[in-house]
Amino acid sequence: MIQPVIELRGIGRRFPGVVANHDVSLSVAAGQVHAIVGENGAGKSTLMEILYGLQRPDEGEVRIDGRPVRLDSPADAIAHGIGMVHQHLMLADNLTVLENIVLGSEPIARGGRLDVARARAAITAIAARHGLPLDPVARVGDLSVGARQRVEIVKVLYRGARILILDEPTAVLVPQEVDELLRTLRALRDVGFTILFISHRLDEVLSVADVITVMRAGTTVVSVQPRDTDVRRLAELMVGSALPEPARHGVPPRAGVALQLRGVTSARPDARESLHDLSLTLHEGEIVGVAGVEGNGQSELIEVVLGIVVPSAGTIALGGHDITHWPTGERRALGLAAIPPDRRSEGLLLDAPLWENRILGHQLGPPLARGPWIDRGVARAGTRAIVLEADVRTPSIDVAASALSGGNQQKLIVGRELAGDPRVLIAAHPTRGVDVRAQAAIWARLVAARDAGLAVLLVSADLSELIGLSDRIVVMLRGRITGELDPRTVTPEALGGAMTGIGP
Amino acid sequence: MTRERLIRPGLFLAAPVIAVGLALLVAGLVLAATGADALRVLQDTIAYGTTGRSVVAVVDKSVGYYLAGIAAAIAFRMGLFNIGIDGQYRLAAFAAAVVGGAVVLPWPLGVVLMIGVAMLVGGAWAAIAGLLAAHRGVSVVISTIMLNAIATGIIAWLLHPSRLAVQAPGSNNVATALIPEGGRLPTIPTPLGDVDGFLLVAIAVGVLTWLVLGRTRFGFELRASGMSLRAAAVAGVDAKRMIVVTMIASGAVAGLAGMPQLLGASHRYGLDFPAGLGWTGIAIALLGRNHPLGIAIAALLWAWLERSAQILDLTGISREVVTIMQGVIVIAIVVAYELVGRMIRRREQRFVGLAEAATPGEGPARAASGA
Amino acid sequence: MWLRVTLTVVVLSLVSGAANAPDLLSEGSMGAALRFTAPILLAGLGALWAERSGVVNIGLEGMMIMGTWFGAFVGHQAGPLAGVLAGVAAGMSFGLALAVMALGFRIDQAVAGLALNLLAAGLARFLSSIFFDGIDGGSITQSPTVDALATVSLPGAQALLEPVASASIPIVSDVAQVTLGLVTDVSLLTLLVVALVPITWWVLFRTGLGLRIRACGEHPAAADSLGVSPAVHRTIALAVSGAMAGLAGAFLVTVASSVYREGQTGGRGFIGMATVVFGNWMVVPTAIGAFIFGFTDALRTRQEASVGALLLVAAVAFVIVAVVRGRHRSCRDAAGWGVASALLVSAFVLLPVVPPEFVSFAPHLTTLVVLALARPDLRAPAALGLPFRRGGSS
Repeated sequence: MIQPVIELRGIGRRFPGVVANHDVSLSVAAGQVHAIVGENGAGKSTLMEILYGLQRPDEGEVRIDGRPVRLDSPADAIAHGIGMVHQHLMLADNLTVLENIVLGSEPIARGGRLDVARARAAITAIAARHGLPLDPVARVGDLSVGARQRVEIVKVLYRGARILILDEPTAVLVPQEVDELLRTLRALRDVGFTILFISHRLDEVLSVADVITVMRAGTTVVSVQPRDTDVRRLAELMVGSALPEPARHGVPPRAGVALQLRGVTSARPDARESLHDLSLTLHEGEIVGVAGVEGNGQSELIEVVLGIVVPSAGTIALGGHDITHWPTGERRALGLAAIPPDRRSEGLLLDAPLWENRILGHQLGPPLARGPWIDRGVARAGTRAIVLEADVRTPSIDVAASALSGGNQQKLIVGRELAGDPRVLIAAHPTRGVDVRAQAAIWARLVAARDAGLAVLLVSADLSELIGLSDRIVVMLRGRITGELDPRTVTPEALGGAMTGIGP
Repeated sequence: MTRERLIRPGLFLAAPVIAVGLALLVAGLVLAATGADALRVLQDTIAYGTTGRSVVAVVDKSVGYYLAGIAAAIAFRMGLFNIGIDGQYRLAAFAAAVVGGAVVLPWPLGVVLMIGVAMLVGGAWAAIAGLLAAHRGVSVVISTIMLNAIATGIIAWLLHPSRLAVQAPGSNNVATALIPEGGRLPTIPTPLGDVDGFLLVAIAVGVLTWLVLGRTRFGFELRASGMSLRAAAVAGVDAKRMIVVTMIASGAVAGLAGMPQLLGASHRYGLDFPAGLGWTGIAIALLGRNHPLGIAIAALLWAWLERSAQILDLTGISREVVTIMQGVIVIAIVVAYELVGRMIRRREQRFVGLAEAATPGEGPARAASGA
Repeated sequence: MWLRVTLTVVVLSLVSGAANAPDLLSEGSMGAALRFTAPILLAGLGALWAERSGVVNIGLEGMMIMGTWFGAFVGHQAGPLAGVLAGVAAGMSFGLALAVMALGFRIDQAVAGLALNLLAAGLARFLSSIFFDGIDGGSITQSPTVDALATVSLPGAQALLEPVASASIPIVSDVAQVTLGLVTDVSLLTLLVVALVPITWWVLFRTGLGLRIRACGEHPAAADSLGVSPAVHRTIALAVSGAMAGLAGAFLVTVASSVYREGQTGGRGFIGMATVVFGNWMVVPTAIGAFIFGFTDALRTRQEASVGALLLVAAVAFVIVAVVRGRHRSCRDAAGWGVASALLVSAFVLLPVVPPEFVSFAPHLTTLVVLALARPDLRAPAALGLPFRRGGSS
């Protein structure tokens, strides 16, 4: 039998309070595209980090080409021919493509000078060989997401990697870019590279992988061949039971307008993110989903509605009031709540206890504030209520928010924002990083609030979440709303096509 | 879980104790190196430092330090580094002295006027840095240091007999006009001696600061901005306004730092007006972890160390040993607080991890009863 | 760039004539400017090295203080060269101390820097009380004198340019004066300082080490994932940063003056930080900024009329910038510069002579004004001030 190029036996890794991996076994053959799937928190990323030397396993053994190895740092992994393309691209925006690629393995000319010519030649050769066009002197910050990912791949190939690990590579790509990437991966596999591919996009996985390993709750469950399975069965293996679905009640939205944007234009240095003459209406008791590839103005839209950015043209009205030039605080006082896109830096005070985090965003009036004073009793009681209702796992409300896991942090934030009985809720990636059970719970709460009259602006990259929760879906492309779709009839393919501006 | 609520402050008290202990060790080594009997010196110092006169002197000195420390802490809590306390308090004291010497008012109006002027000038001077930071993105550290130098120059220019000062007869000292009785603050008689009257104001400021920072909306928004400017903005805080208001508040309190000296001791602003209070304030704020109570203890400690320096003089040992002790304490405490903070965070993560591992049915209930 | 330099010299020359301030562009004032620029330039380079690696080094002032003290201490006993080496070593040690505190213990970078400044001030005073107090020429706040280092002059320059310089030809004479000032009686140390500018540029932007350091300042996680340790490279950068500041201190006690004096550094560490912002984190613009601040700093030793003339120069410069900003459609900016210019002209007209107390804070005021009016589209290293820890959780 041919030696597997990678073999993991009995890998375990613990963090304070969390078991990320236990008893993980994996066998990857050479020249294979091996996909690893699992829900959020299943331990896939940690396992790959162990393989790349970013983490060290507490138990178990890693074997490369049959020999046990110790990977104490990325340098060790690189030395063994392993290269990793991270989910959040590890590229320095202010440096050039060439500088990012050669960093750490710079060709040195006489006198200690960086040999730019040699680097450029090598990079261009690799890029040509594998069909990955790029411009070595371009500044990375100016590139598109697809181009940046190509830089990451060339970066890995430049170091002589024969094993490529890709962590959720298609998460931020447009369907056309996804096809290109999958084609590139197949081409690499055909010339002998081994590819490890983490994804939760099951349809993509089925189309490109030779073997699929399912992980659940920190351990490997089974490895299957794509022809022996389908999306449904894979999903069930990931969850361990039948899949929950967002329950949509047939309650029609009310007539009252909760939030209205008219002709909103805002300028941003990155033109793709600017808003151009954007108009959108949210009715009471309605969830409007905003679909679009990340970087097409969704974050600008959120900031404009919140009041962090003032539009250069157009108006915004909340419940009948013209809030276009209102500061954020006054908008929140009027009933605007927000689940921000980045919970750690925008939704929480990491070093503050949970009960103080309850106050965040709600300190502008009753019940948490009476006049200039903060009502600590109400804050503490309210926090306990949220912890109970939203199933936030914590031993006390006095621990710092940073001590909670990502999923529990998110549950706290969702609970907090809904507790204020808002009129309009901006929900940006509301279930990112949350396990499936909690995801279903959050969905249920959003739907219940919607039924009670809440208007929700839902921004999400999770197409099933968008289709499952929304009453209407609008598509954003380059800062404009380019179309509206009916979630009851739309398919993920059609939605993806609309998001790129091509297709049906 | 009251025990949980006590552990945090408890651990944080351990840090200064360790730091002071370390400083004592260093001082002891230095003394031993110069051939002195370290233990004997310590005994003498403590004996001297606990006399009635010493206690009064220490408290007097600590009042100004405390106010400078509070000023620094207000800014620190918002993530701003107000290095300009030095310029702010001197400019404020100078202005107050000029006004107090020129306007004759009955007591206590004279004092109130001077305090008002001091807070106004201190706040305004700090506001320059605040506005530059909020609207032009200029680093507060750089701008306040520059403003310190500019303040020094302005005072030096104005402190001239032809402008705002008078030559004190028979001395080399140039100072502002003497402040009349209406602008002087009496001392408070205590069993140990007469203590500086401004102590009451300082205590009031401390209590007010604690209340505002901990219990009011404004205080919450200030602290939130210090922890995460972005999260505070999403939560409705106007970042630019917060920067300016914080600097003004910090500068206004800084303006008070020179008042004990002015109102209770010298009654005029001269060439010999004490300098360097700003850096002391920063050191004390770091020691006191930016908490009004901690800063009070730190101010007393700092003043006590300086008082002890005097006895060292008499025993023939360089009083600058105290200076190095102060330096060591600052470094040691900054490191100690970080280590303690990390210990606490790890403890919390472990507790949280245990709670998460609980089965679904029990989890929520346990969490509720635990809180 | 040469166009700008020529333009600057011409403007300065015209203004000095108009304001009857012949000393503005004299050999003496250029020489002084060079001497005053050097420590600020070193502080700027020190700040640049640190910030390019992602660390805000507020402790530069303290490192400079250590440079002055140890420079004087060793210099008095073993000669100026040894003093310089001692100053550099002292500064570097404090730079490493900052690395330990901010990178090892993960204390907030600014707090650690402040703490080191406090320690340095206390240490200097303490050591002075032990070693300087009681010695001939020394006290708690001052050291005994240190011998100066050798100076050099460009051979032939004197002979060639002197006649032109004294010939009172408009503009050309001034250029000759300026050149003479820059090449006559220049301390060896000054030459080293000037040489450090191209060396810094070459290391940071042309070598592999420089790339790694810059990457740690832009995206430490990316660097780490490629085996480039942010901790190691930031430590190297901080060591260099401290060494630069220490050298600045040594310069102050061997070239700019001949003693250690308490308070000698005068905030130059912080002015150095400002030059980096002025220079948008690039080497040559930072050096130019240092020269501007150094030039204003040197004014305190020159004729009073020069200070007044400089106000006029600044006014002209501001008008030029206002026009440029106006062309770029930044009307508010242009107005700001215009108003500042008008203020300066009125100051020049109203004040018969600028009081020496005001001259003392000329560099500080200049720093403040320049930072306040500078363009907002600066490009700092992306990870500046942010601590790095491997494996930040979700």
